[in-house]
Amino acid sequence: MSDPIVIVGAGQAGVALAAKLRALGHAGRLILIGDEKVPPYQRPPLSKKYVSGELDVERLLIRPRDWYAEQNVELRLEERVVALWPREHELTLSDGARLRYRRLALTSGARPRTLPAEIGGALPGVVTIRGLADADAIIPQLKPGMRLVVVGGGYIGLEAAAVTAAKGMQVTVIEAAERILQRVAAAETSAYFRELHRCHGVTIREAAGLERTEGVDGRVASVLLKDGTVLPADLVIVGIGVLPNDDLARAAGLAVENGISVDESGRTSDPDIFAAGDCASFPWQGVRTRLESVQNAIEQAEHAAAAMLGAAAPYNPVPWFWSDQYDVKLQIAGLNRGYDQVVVRPGKRPGSQSVWYYRQGVLIAVDAMNDALAYAFGKKALEGGKTIAPAIAADPTADLKAALG
Amino acid sequence: MPKVTWILKDGKEITADVPVGHNLMEAAVAKNVPNVIGECGGCLSCATCHVYVDPAWYAKTGAPDDMESDMLEITVAERKPTSRLSCQIKAVPELDGLILRVPYI
Repeated sequence: MSDPIVIVGAGQAGVALAAKLRALGHAGRLILIGDEKVPPYQRPPLSKKYVSGELDVERLLIRPRDWYAEQNVELRLEERVVALWPREHELTLSDGARLRYRRLALTSGARPRTLPAEIGGALPGVVTIRGLADADAIIPQLKPGMRLVVVGGGYIGLEAAAVTAAKGMQVTVIEAAERILQRVAAAETSAYFRELHRCHGVTIREAAGLERTEGVDGRVASVLLKDGTVLPADLVIVGIGVLPNDDLARAAGLAVENGISVDESGRTSDPDIFAAGDCASFPWQGVRTRLESVQNAIEQAEHAAAAMLGAAAPYNPVPWFWSDQYDVKLQIAGLNRGYDQVVVRPGKRPGSQSVWYYRQGVLIAVDAMNDALAYAFGKKALEGGKTIAPAIAADPTADLKAALG
Repeated sequence: MPKVTWILKDGKEITADVPVGHNLMEAAVAKNVPNVIGECGGCLSCATCHVYVDPAWYAKTGAPDDMESDMLEITVAERKPTSRLSCQIKAVPELDGLILRVPYI
């Protein structure tokens, strides 16, 4: 019997890759390795509907528990790969056992950046949300009236603020940059969300540098800002980005650059090793790019699966992303990297609007807030390689459908 | 539990008992119904769970709301009068026997 295809990392990308291999007719042995206890689950709801209690674990699962056996996928949970030997086509597992592979896929995801221990990052009560275990540890700590400080005004931090404020907590978000969402969105989108959170009683402090967190009796009690302000805190949620899990690849000598480097089809610098999802960077529009999204995890993994079976096709996505905060649904199509012009389009309902990004007059991305139509046509334009002129996008009476032709 | 049947383009039928309160995208993914993808997990962001409700059932499922209707503008398969995003249809006892047709994509 030939050696199996092994997938390391049982998240969205790992499952999508396994499913695609089977859908493409691969009948050989297939092993999916994950280091968590529960079968692969969706992470986005952890900072949204899971924390608010609207979804239980079973409904977080990407596939039902019995799907793996039905598809003849050997799902190995609570197992960790500690070393990769490309020349030998072998992996070393945490118990010391060796596992041979014919082809390997690395879908190991990303881990949250944490605050350094020197500034109180290791204090009990200072937490990050990435996995189910993180969410399960936080949920019992959430009580109405408690004081919560969220470090980081990106999407994860703002979602955590929204869900906890809705539960009656006193929430302060601190952001080191000049404005929330600075890394990922235009000032117009930041302003929309600043106002939204203010209306829900959340305090947002921008340009607020963190000095350190301080504890009392072995648990966090306050957050000290660089300007000397002390914010009392019963809990601190840190949402300051993620780092790609590329250590295994790096130690094995594979090319690594902002994540595991892959080509357009998902192949790493070793011809029998592939990577996809949050852990992988790929060439896109002339720039090495790493996307952190469910859409990228699934679609890049599917491309890698095809390439593993010898049917490589270039991955050229139209990225999309979403965030839910209170009753606002944010949908983003495209990537606004390098934008030089922004226009705002008021939506047809109260509170709905969209922000359109251009680079040298060409549409590159749309942020749509409660405005699915703007998102839909923006995405359609990007998929078709078309642009909708700034003057048309900014005119709420202009017909986007007609503009697409 | 209401029984729901998906009819594929080739006429093949897949039937499942769906727990009340679950949406019909997650029910389809659980049964491996092809071409119902649900990439966004049911948050009305991807339009990959598009189905055609059997016309006889459309009065019971109801029409899409504004956001869903807008999202139906970007389905891969053609939008038809009974198009819905199945993540927005919840299983309820009145839908026992529901028939959904899966677009070919």
